[in-house]
Amino acid sequence: MTIATVDFVPTELARGRGGGGPASTRTVVAYGFWIFLLSDFILFSGLFAAYAVLSGNTAGGPTGAELFNLRNVFIETMCLLFSSYTAGLGALSAERRQPGSFLIFSAFTFVLGAAFLVIEAREFARMVAEGAGPSHSGFLSAFFTLVGTHGVHVTSGLIFLVYMVAQVVAKGLRPHVLRRLLCFSLFWHALDIIWVGVFTLVYLMGAR
Amino acid sequence: MIGDSRMFDDRTPGVEEQEPTASYLSYTVGLGLAILLTIMSFVVSQTNLLWPPGIPVGLIVLAFAQIGVHLVFFLHIGTGPDHTNNVVALAFGVLIVFLVIVGSVWIIANLNWNMMDMPR
Repeated sequence: MTIATVDFVPTELARGRGGGGPASTRTVVAYGFWIFLLSDFILFSGLFAAYAVLSGNTAGGPTGAELFNLRNVFIETMCLLFSSYTAGLGALSAERRQPGSFLIFSAFTFVLGAAFLVIEAREFARMVAEGAGPSHSGFLSAFFTLVGTHGVHVTSGLIFLVYMVAQVVAKGLRPHVLRRLLCFSLFWHALDIIWVGVFTLVYLMGAR
Repeated sequence: MIGDSRMFDDRTPGVEEQEPTASYLSYTVGLGLAILLTIMSFVVSQTNLLWPPGIPVGLIVLAFAQIGVHLVFFLHIGTGPDHTNNVVALAFGVLIVFLVIVGSVWIIANLNWNMMDMPR
């Protein structure tokens, strides 16, 4: 008995419309995760819309210009940007089967992400201590919801990262681990895109 | 095998299918552009380099530029024919985001405008 082999030579390369047969698992997984990320953007669009509508309703309380510290926001932005960069380099190292440099880049990613969260948490604590908590006005409710939801996403990204590092250490860079790693790096880059919207709409426009 | 699967694949989001050095370069170029655009945003918002009433528009333009940089250099969403699925999904996401944000702001601004001044 002979094993049937696919022996035709494609005259034309697949052009992204399924013409060459089913896509690889890796492509399907990443595409599904991409759809999830887009749904996450839609979640954030609701929060952005709520903030845009409520940002003027300070109920006699403090405005953004009085509360925001742009120096901290700039440091936060740089933390996220560089962590996105190291996450990308970590993903590349994993693709090239270099677990050592993957772990080093992941450590940088984790430290930068954690630094972002610490700065953000201290800002929140300071605002609440000054009496500008989320219950004070519509503006502050929308602010804490939007920025807090992003912070929760960063926190879950860090948990995701620890989980991925544990898998790489325990299982090595197997194909299914690499697929999860690809999802992690998509997630982490997407958080940075949300943050661009946050620092522009909330902090830079609010601090004027 | 790898050659075959590449030949038949749709493009995977988040993956740049070139030699690794090109990818390192892509991330580094993306980082440089993103830092540049971030600094421009902060400078524009804190100074009067731009005509002051135009500053919000300028900030929005800079934000869109930076989101574009992130999509191309970090998420590797391109315009090639293999990217059709990813780009169509992105376009749908952008449509919904646009409808939700612009629609909400529009409707609430209209309600605000129609609201009588209420006695306190």
